[in-house]
Amino acid sequence: MATVVRTSRPVVSHRARPGAARGGRRRRFSGLLMAAPALLLFGLFGLVPLVGVLVLSLARWDGLGSVGWAGLANWTGVLGDGATWQALWLTLKVMVVSWLVQTPLALATGVFQAPRGRLRALFAVLWFLPLLLSAVAIGLTWQALLDPSFGIGATPGLHWLAQPLLGSPDLALYTVIFVIAWQFTPFHALLYQAGIRQIPVSLHEAAAIDGAGPVTRFLRITLPQLKYTFVTSSTLMLVGSLTYFDLIFVLSGGTGGPGTATRVLPLAMYITGFQAHDMGRASAIATLLVVFGLALSLLTTRLSGFTRMDSQQEGL
Amino acid sequence: MWALNDQTILKESVDAYNKDHPDQKITLRMFANDDYKQKLRVAFGANQAPDLFFNWGGGALDDYVKAGKVKAVTDAQVDLLRFTPSVLKSATFDGETYGVPANGLAPVVLYYNKKVLKDAGVEPPKTYAGLLAAVKKLKGDGVIPISLAANSKWPTLMYLEYLLDRVGGSDVFDRIAGGDPSGWKDPAVTGAATRLQELAGAGAFGDNASSVNYDQGASTALLYTGKAGMELMGTWEYANLVKAAPDFAKKNLGYVAFPSLSGGKGDPKDIVGNPSNFLSLNAASKNKSAALTYLKDYVMNGDQVDAYLAAGSVPPVNGLDSKLAAVKSDDKSWLAFVYKLVQDSPNFQLSWDQALPSDQADPLLTNVDKSFLRQIKPEEFGANMYKAAQ
Repeated sequence: MATVVRTSRPVVSHRARPGAARGGRRRRFSGLLMAAPALLLFGLFGLVPLVGVLVLSLARWDGLGSVGWAGLANWTGVLGDGATWQALWLTLKVMVVSWLVQTPLALATGVFQAPRGRLRALFAVLWFLPLLLSAVAIGLTWQALLDPSFGIGATPGLHWLAQPLLGSPDLALYTVIFVIAWQFTPFHALLYQAGIRQIPVSLHEAAAIDGAGPVTRFLRITLPQLKYTFVTSSTLMLVGSLTYFDLIFVLSGGTGGPGTATRVLPLAMYITGFQAHDMGRASAIATLLVVFGLALSLLTTRLSGFTRMDSQQEGL
Repeated sequence: MWALNDQTILKESVDAYNKDHPDQKITLRMFANDDYKQKLRVAFGANQAPDLFFNWGGGALDDYVKAGKVKAVTDAQVDLLRFTPSVLKSATFDGETYGVPANGLAPVVLYYNKKVLKDAGVEPPKTYAGLLAAVKKLKGDGVIPISLAANSKWPTLMYLEYLLDRVGGSDVFDRIAGGDPSGWKDPAVTGAATRLQELAGAGAFGDNASSVNYDQGASTALLYTGKAGMELMGTWEYANLVKAAPDFAKKNLGYVAFPSLSGGKGDPKDIVGNPSNFLSLNAASKNKSAALTYLKDYVMNGDQVDAYLAAGSVPPVNGLDSKLAAVKSDDKSWLAFVYKLVQDSPNFQLSWDQALPSDQADPLLTNVDKSFLRQIKPEEFGANMYKAAQ
């Protein structure tokens, strides 16, 4: 896991680049000096394990005995295995559906939370709570809540919920996506709330004087001004769900079940490495994840013009 | 020494040892069930493993033995002859024994709710046909016939273990566990998977079994709340039931051996489950003599045997009859049932996920689950496992 989480790093390092390129030699030196601690940490805990995983993906190791050379056997095994592709497909599904579910919800609650007001603040606090809980606590709680015999489905009026939501191969993945959304939408709502609060009031006032109604102002002012918030939130969401693991692990009882219905790529990696004790194959899957994560980060930053960000408030 | 944190009786014996040996104490570290196996593996990989470690025997222990990490123990060192032979079998590889049984016998039995069965006019099933008939009646009565925590996958496996034994006898899996994957192609494997699907198809497990997780205690609760009629589970479930619903355990809890199958090759007295957990000795241990002293004089000594009996669990030692006869608690009939079940059984099969090498445990559980969900055909189960065992 640890190596995979680093895939989100390049997004951050892009942001640091314009600053370093600006000054002369002295400035470049002091820039390097300031970046040194971060670079050192990234190298030590990001790059070194990454190389280790790459090497391990060419080896045969059960975690106990000695390490042996396997050549490309792990790679042909992993790439030739339908289960890998199914896991990748599930990961993509979690990614895309999560984005589709969370973005509108987060935007809507962000818009609601942005204006000042006591009730809104109270709502924002309550709404934010799930983010403070650990994924394991959330997983166990939802597992108990969704239990068809003793969970919320047993409440009068809610019997339609007494279904194997986590147990049916067709529903389980969507149930998991729902719980993920429950946990993370508040975070993205907070991003949007902050983004909306940054929009100068004068823009809205000017538009109102020109006769723009609330809907027009939302579509023409709020949304365009939120462009960079949107990019940030989407990148975090997409890359985040690529490596999403703990909640799915707990909700599926550690198996990615029913069957393999929720076995996303990070879970497949864990099961291969730490239950089947095939570190070589697990490392190959981990490398795949790194590659996909990097490609995804690069793609979103490229497509969204994250590297060419300019102020949206020039002239105000 | 490392062990699981629910092993309180084991902890008492370590305390007793430490009291007698203040100069060479054992440090006991206890862990939660879920990550224990992974922790142990990593510790051995990093050469920071404990001197004595708690394990399940079977294929997972054999991994460690093959890697030269475990030291064999002899009768002279730890007095092996006092333990039940069928139990020692699951820690014996190539004629050497690599551990000492550390807790109670845990065969899998069929529990039932007397009241629910009586209300539906059903007798506790003795045969597979009787089980199917009982399922039908209980279903008609509006209860879940059999409570099953299929979300955890391993409870479903118990059915296949028993069904394969009843259909094809104990040799089929013995061949597989002995390293011959063609055993998976035996028609009895398909026969067992067919019967599991037959039960599922008859609605034996209700509509929601696939959401029921064992660790949440839901399958246990279904039985004692009367929402389900029966449950197939290891003997540890008895203690859970007594703890969660003492009244139910006293009045309405019944238990029988897994039903026989007419026409099957297996001996209806065969049992499956976890013969016992084991304490094994790290080959790199620097405190071997102290560890052996503990294994010989403190594991399953008189006090510990009494403690297990008092806790409702039968320790894996020979010649318990007189001690059992002296028991006066409510657990007496239960203890006698389990002891007789094990003593009479010609074969005590270690649960497959423990018996097989660990790289096959996950494909096994996944394919069991898929069979149960009827995502694969009965004959595909054996074929998939044959492929995974290559």
